[in-house]
Amino acid sequence: MSQKSETVVYYVLQFIALSAMGSLLLIALFILKEGFPFILEEGPSKFLFSSTWEPAKEHFGIFPMLVGSVWVTFGALVVGGPLGVAGAIYLVEFTPKGLMRIIKPVIELLAGIPSVVYGFMGVAVLAPLIRTYIGGPGLSVLAASLILGIMILPTVMSISMDALNSVPPSYKEGSLALGATRWQTQYMVVLKAAKSGILASIILGMGRAIGETMAVIMVAGNAVKIPNSVLDSVRTLTANIALEMGYATGRHRQALFATGVVLFLVIMMLNSFAMWSLKERRKK
Amino acid sequence: MSRKTISFVVLCSFVMIVFLGSGCGKGKVSVTAAGSTAFQPFAEKLAEQFMQSHPDINVTVQGGGSAVGIQSAVSGAADIGMADLVNLPPEASALKSVVVAKDGIAVIVHPQNPVKDLSIEQIRNIFNGVIKNWSEVGGEERPITVVSREAGSGTRSSFEAIVGGVELIREAVIQDSNGTVRETVANDVNAIGYLSHGLVNEKVKAVTVSGVECTTETITKGQYTLVRPVFFLTKGEPQGAVKAFIDFVLSSEGQKTIVDSGLLPAK
Repeated sequence: MSQKSETVVYYVLQFIALSAMGSLLLIALFILKEGFPFILEEGPSKFLFSSTWEPAKEHFGIFPMLVGSVWVTFGALVVGGPLGVAGAIYLVEFTPKGLMRIIKPVIELLAGIPSVVYGFMGVAVLAPLIRTYIGGPGLSVLAASLILGIMILPTVMSISMDALNSVPPSYKEGSLALGATRWQTQYMVVLKAAKSGILASIILGMGRAIGETMAVIMVAGNAVKIPNSVLDSVRTLTANIALEMGYATGRHRQALFATGVVLFLVIMMLNSFAMWSLKERRKK
Repeated sequence: MSRKTISFVVLCSFVMIVFLGSGCGKGKVSVTAAGSTAFQPFAEKLAEQFMQSHPDINVTVQGGGSAVGIQSAVSGAADIGMADLVNLPPEASALKSVVVAKDGIAVIVHPQNPVKDLSIEQIRNIFNGVIKNWSEVGGEERPITVVSREAGSGTRSSFEAIVGGVELIREAVIQDSNGTVRETVANDVNAIGYLSHGLVNEKVKAVTVSGVECTTETITKGQYTLVRPVFFLTKGEPQGAVKAFIDFVLSSEGQKTIVDSGLLPAK
């Protein structure tokens, strides 16, 4: 009897574990099935590089959104990358253990704040500040980059911290014994040794920034136009899908799924690269 | 807990999940209305009232947008498609349509903007990007930020159809609901946008269009031109419960609810 129930539980748990993988596979298949024929029909280069997006007139070019996603993601990395890595170094090397026990959970809490809250802060506080003191409509690449930069901080920080922690203490001891200062040790030894892990943290942060939707819709302004400066309004790939999905029918809907295919491929590529660089580190 | 109990709990929860879904619906007649997000809150209110007097009929209201409303009425996914467009698209020609309400579209600016009146011509040129500065329409020396809705929105297509010849300027900020358009305009002194007239509040200022204010009175008299109808679309002549619901919406009680909520009566 007990043997029997053991088997049942075994299979139930196995089913649950596999269903996570299965759903990823199904999502990938579904998006590809809905969007890929459209890309072929429209012509990949026309779809990717035409800058006119007017679904009502059958113009489907996602170039402005591609550029928009790149701008906003790059901006988020400029804001969040250095802050995250520097924060991680400070926390790992220069913070007393007791303080660390408070700071680390707080950073993890930052990851738990819903993105709509970040977006609301952006609309209510950041955008008016940018409009008043710098110019433009306020809802802009700059606003989106700042908000996303803060949103990717927990990802960048916690993975960088893991990377820094896993550097063998003997490296540091050796460097200090040779007469290097604390900062020289950090800069020339520890950072170099943790390089691949830090790179992975930044790539994962990048994936988060590209995929973020709600906060970006709220603060980026969503104009379908290639931005000329960081003060221009911009639309990302995710925003394009989320804004128009509710209304889209027919070819317009397919075009949005095709946008999803592009986004999916970009994120897959980034994640594989991050995993690869983490593995590289373990090999060493 | 013993292993037996754990496996029992796991199994039970599976069984419960399977049966939960099939528990609803006890022989009630159901009517589904789907479509226009602008009319959705009003339809929900009407459905609630209707169900109080007709406990045997269950009315479900879903959003999705006017295009979805038309699509689901054609495919039969919904009994009633709700659409708030000036011009119904060709695929709706096979459907029976009835106007259940009217809705004015107000053109709004920031309360501190001195501009009080715009002609249709000026509105067209602003949204086309020909006029780029408030000083060209009698305002201060400031750039204009155009705020519009996403492609496919019923409010946007109605607005562009009535104003005529709108080729929306590429720099336009796009917001995805009436509420966020209002929020954006309320936060930006340079902004201009448009939204359902029932949703104008004190945070924004509705301009007069060619000297006519956007009020319930001017719209019913036909003086204010930015008005769109709200259609209920059905596949074939409405019958039974569907007919009962549409009749209720068109009745004096239903129309009173529509007027009280800030929309305009059908007639």
